Amino acid sequence: MGKKELSPNLETVPESLVQLAVADKLINLCRANSLWPLTFGIACCAIEMMGTGAARFDLSRFGAEVFRPSPRQADVMIVAGTISKKMAPGIKTLYDQMPEPKWVIALGNCAISGGPFVYEGQYGIIEGADQFLPVDVYVPGCPPRPEALIEGIIELEHKITGWRRWPKVKPEWREDNNT
Amino acid sequence: MSLTLLNAAVAVFIAICFVGLNAAYLVWCERKGAGFYQRRPGPMENGPWGLLQPPIDGVKLMTKQLLIPGGVDKAIFMVAPVLAMFPALISFVTIPFSKNIVAHPINVGVLMIFAFAALGGMSLLVAGWGSRNKYAMISSVRAVSQTVAYEIPMLITTITIVLVSGSLNLSEIAASQLGGFWKWNIWGFQEAVGYNILMPISFLIIFVCAVAETNRAPFDLGEAESELVAGFHTEYSSMGFGLFFMGEYANIVIGACLVTILFLGGWSSPVPLGFFPFTDHVGWFLLKIYMIIFVFIWIRWTFPRTTIYGLLNLSWKYLIPISLFNLLLTAALLKVF
Repeated sequence: MGKKELSPNLETVPESLVQLAVADKLINLCRANSLWPLTFGIACCAIEMMGTGAARFDLSRFGAEVFRPSPRQADVMIVAGTISKKMAPGIKTLYDQMPEPKWVIALGNCAISGGPFVYEGQYGIIEGADQFLPVDVYVPGCPPRPEALIEGIIELEHKITGWRRWPKVKPEWREDNNT
Repeated sequence: MSLTLLNAAVAVFIAICFVGLNAAYLVWCERKGAGFYQRRPGPMENGPWGLLQPPIDGVKLMTKQLLIPGGVDKAIFMVAPVLAMFPALISFVTIPFSKNIVAHPINVGVLMIFAFAALGGMSLLVAGWGSRNKYAMISSVRAVSQTVAYEIPMLITTITIVLVSGSLNLSEIAASQLGGFWKWNIWGFQEAVGYNILMPISFLIIFVCAVAETNRAPFDLGEAESELVAGFHTEYSSMGFGLFFMGEYANIVIGACLVTILFLGGWSSPVPLGFFPFTDHVGWFLLKIYMIIFVFIWIRWTFPRTTIYGLLNLSWKYLIPISLFNLLLTAALLKVF
């Protein structure tokens, strides 16, 4: 997997019958700034998700702290943890119950690709949420830090509006670290 | 004020603006308040101090898919959110914000507010029944039993005040308490209430009832998300849910107005000194209702949720007997003094 530049595409949102460019921009801006996640955590990444909502990291600064218990009112599904084969139908049902427009964030290595559970003869784990869900943003880590989830939310906002809230921080590599 | 068409239109417009703005920005206050009590900033990035958050949420809710699940009772399902918002809007007609600012003073204003509050309880039942979801159904039954249980002590306490001021008209009830904070009905040591020292307890009862009537924490058994998904609005998406939300906050404003008028003297200034900021005007009324709403938010983010038995026991075993006793005591004392 290489790093892919995100294009500001709007494919996740069904196109409206009447096209109004300015209104669409405004609506997308509103959608991006009020992403209500669905309250559910499958495994240990959910602890980090709770930490993101709590006092130190405070997801509510971006208006995304309204964890809705009902899928009918949620906008973004944060798949936080290992997806066992037994749990997958439930997750799929929850996704199907969410009204459009809806987005999926795969949080942690298990939800991205199975993480440490990928080995020969493994029978109980689904290797990645993208096996059965259209994932928009992948947040790597085992588990990811809360900052990473916030970055994931900002990246999702970028995907929805085509405009990024803050410039991306370029990672700095020191040569003497590699020796 | 004569009731011409223009007057009525202006009154309706102002009422809708007031309710809408309050409902939207009380959500903001709630989220900021939650942040304050949990030592985090709350909404910050969207507009200054997150002030753009309510309109953003509103546009998002309006442009979200309005999903009607298969098998629901369509007519009832669609009517319920409107039924939740409508009584709160109607009740503002009779609430006096000051001596002159009242859309239409009605002789039986208290009765009208309680009648429409009961209609609000019905909207919860209809929402749960119509949405073909067992969690919604259980939750709406809970919410209705709670609303019914807490309407009784609230009514009895209100009757106590009606006895004291001798009127069902909200303007007259408030006007009877003008002239300083010692004249407010919350204080027992005054001739107007017959030296009934239980008046502060009456105030507490009606305050607890106002919290419970609006289905707010610690009495939000109807929306107990750890057991009942999201309560009676589990199946509502988009603006259907938005209307329930706005109705809840409009009801909070109504409850705060009622408590203010019945016990805190309405628009009366606490220290009537005769020059501008201390005369009786609408500012005092707004100050009082927003202080009460602040306490509502404070309570919500401080106390955990009670059990359904604890909730119903509190009403049937304590609040109703105490308020009945207080009613009889007030009647007797008013006869004596």
